[in-house]
Amino acid sequence: MPITVNDLERTVNSGLTTSVKKSEINFKQLFVDVNVENLTSTILFLKTNDKCRFKQLIDITAVDYLGREKRFKVVYLLLSHENNLRIIINVHIDERVIVPSIAKIFPSANWMEREVFDMYGVSFKGHPDLRRILTDYGFEGYPLRKDFPLTGHTEVRYSEAKKKVISEPVKLDQEYRDFDFESPWEGTKYIRQEEEKNKVKDK
Amino acid sequence: MTKKTKTMNLNFGPQHPAAHGVLRLILELDGEVVEKVDPHIGLLHRGTEKLIEHKTYMQAVPYFDRLDYVAPMNQEHAFALAIENLLNIEVPIRGQYIRVLFCEIGRILSHLLNVTTQALDVGALTPSLWGFEERETLMTFYERVSGSRLHANYFRAGGVHQDLPRGLSEDIIQFCHTFPKVIDDLETLLTDNRIFKQRNVDIGIVTKDEALEHSFSGVMLRGSGIAWDLRKSQPYDCYQNFNFKIPIGKNGDCYDRYLCRIEEMRQSVDIIKNCIDKMPSGPVKNIDGKITPPPKKYLKESMEALIHHFKLFSEGFRVPEGEIYAAVEAPKGEFGVYLISDGSNKPYKCKIRAPGFSHLQAMDYLMKGHMLADVPAVLGSLDLVFGEVDR
Repeated sequence: MPITVNDLERTVNSGLTTSVKKSEINFKQLFVDVNVENLTSTILFLKTNDKCRFKQLIDITAVDYLGREKRFKVVYLLLSHENNLRIIINVHIDERVIVPSIAKIFPSANWMEREVFDMYGVSFKGHPDLRRILTDYGFEGYPLRKDFPLTGHTEVRYSEAKKKVISEPVKLDQEYRDFDFESPWEGTKYIRQEEEKNKVKDK
Repeated sequence: MTKKTKTMNLNFGPQHPAAHGVLRLILELDGEVVEKVDPHIGLLHRGTEKLIEHKTYMQAVPYFDRLDYVAPMNQEHAFALAIENLLNIEVPIRGQYIRVLFCEIGRILSHLLNVTTQALDVGALTPSLWGFEERETLMTFYERVSGSRLHANYFRAGGVHQDLPRGLSEDIIQFCHTFPKVIDDLETLLTDNRIFKQRNVDIGIVTKDEALEHSFSGVMLRGSGIAWDLRKSQPYDCYQNFNFKIPIGKNGDCYDRYLCRIEEMRQSVDIIKNCIDKMPSGPVKNIDGKITPPPKKYLKESMEALIHHFKLFSEGFRVPEGEIYAAVEAPKGEFGVYLISDGSNKPYKCKIRAPGFSHLQAMDYLMKGHMLADVPAVLGSLDLVFGEVDR
């Protein structure tokens, strides 16, 4: 018997009780925040519980909120075919935390975790084979972090002198241009800052 | 006497005609039997997700064409749906029909390429020659509507860029009349062909449970007998208005997946026919000038239109804060976009869920115990395009 997303929220909250930090429904999808310690038990519950039946892991990804205390948010997207529902599990962690791997629960998590590791530098405990996956052999840095420049740090070219492909620091003929599209109708930044200062003074 | 066994490592690719792109496989062989497969991917990694974070929503659309470049519009569709959900806007009904029409054309494009190249991998040359001729016709439809054969950049948040040009519907209908004959011809070459069956039947079997465990989607799932298609189960745009069948396989081997794809092409032809028959008139995109550009003819007359046009192509539009996962049934499986907006004109985060990534991951599980010669057959039936695997 398929359940609705509201039923699911109730089931998840009653089944996981204190593990659930926050749950909300947006666009007919259930978003659940859990602590990193409860991650494996949550995923296992969702997979094995008779009502939930989240048999398929759709994707794992991370989001970099640079500047926040808990810098990364690791996101698990699951799908239940029987209930025709999706659930999104969020785990907020700071940079040094190692996330438990769920590759034992879902074998497909293997590469997805490798990708998160490759792109964000988030490590996974108990992962069978945590190597880089998408970037080049010998790549350094974590490209999807917000403090990684769009142009990267190195570029490769074939060196006629050395007769091989070499990598060197990026040389840009023109500085990378990041346009500020601040709407002039809303007032440019400096004017607004002035206005805000004046407001404070008036008070 | 004990048998001495020694495994041999074999490097397959990165440039190999049967790899369908740039894939490097490290194969561990015991004689001719594959013991372990370690795919090395990322040779076509272009940092799409990073680039999208630095572009406005409208500028990001072309990146989706370059993922699965044999069915570009299906990818754009997922991105457009995600933005529309966040913006909470409606797509006019004609726009929805046009999108469905071109998604189905994309499905035929992709399946034609896959079926015929799979045949090529196991030794049949003719299907690809016949199939590619039809792909050429389909790509002219793409060209007529968007201006380019492959990288269409046609779907926008709120609809499609332009209405169909005059005469295109008639030509597509014409194609729908002739194309089933081509599928029949392909089938006479392959379906009962002894060599083709020997190479595909009982090769790369996936059971129902394993298909779920390995995050399979699309034909890989249906070939194993799981009736799951996002067009039916979570209909987007106007798919609920169409009556079509979802073919499912029985054995979950390469041959069943081939049969599913053939049948899906036939169903797509029906959808296309239906779509053109029922095509309503009206606008093709949301008429909110803050989201879609006004028609060019207004630019000379209306100041408002000129402002909207300028703002859209410099600043773009702003999307309210929020996060969403939107998925479509792309030809290769579930293609999803997980989009986070921080309220600005650029996506804060855009994760692309490509079906091929999980399919390729299962290569090790699929190949264990098979012969080396089965590697291209299984690879072919996974339907990989490295644009989307590597992103």
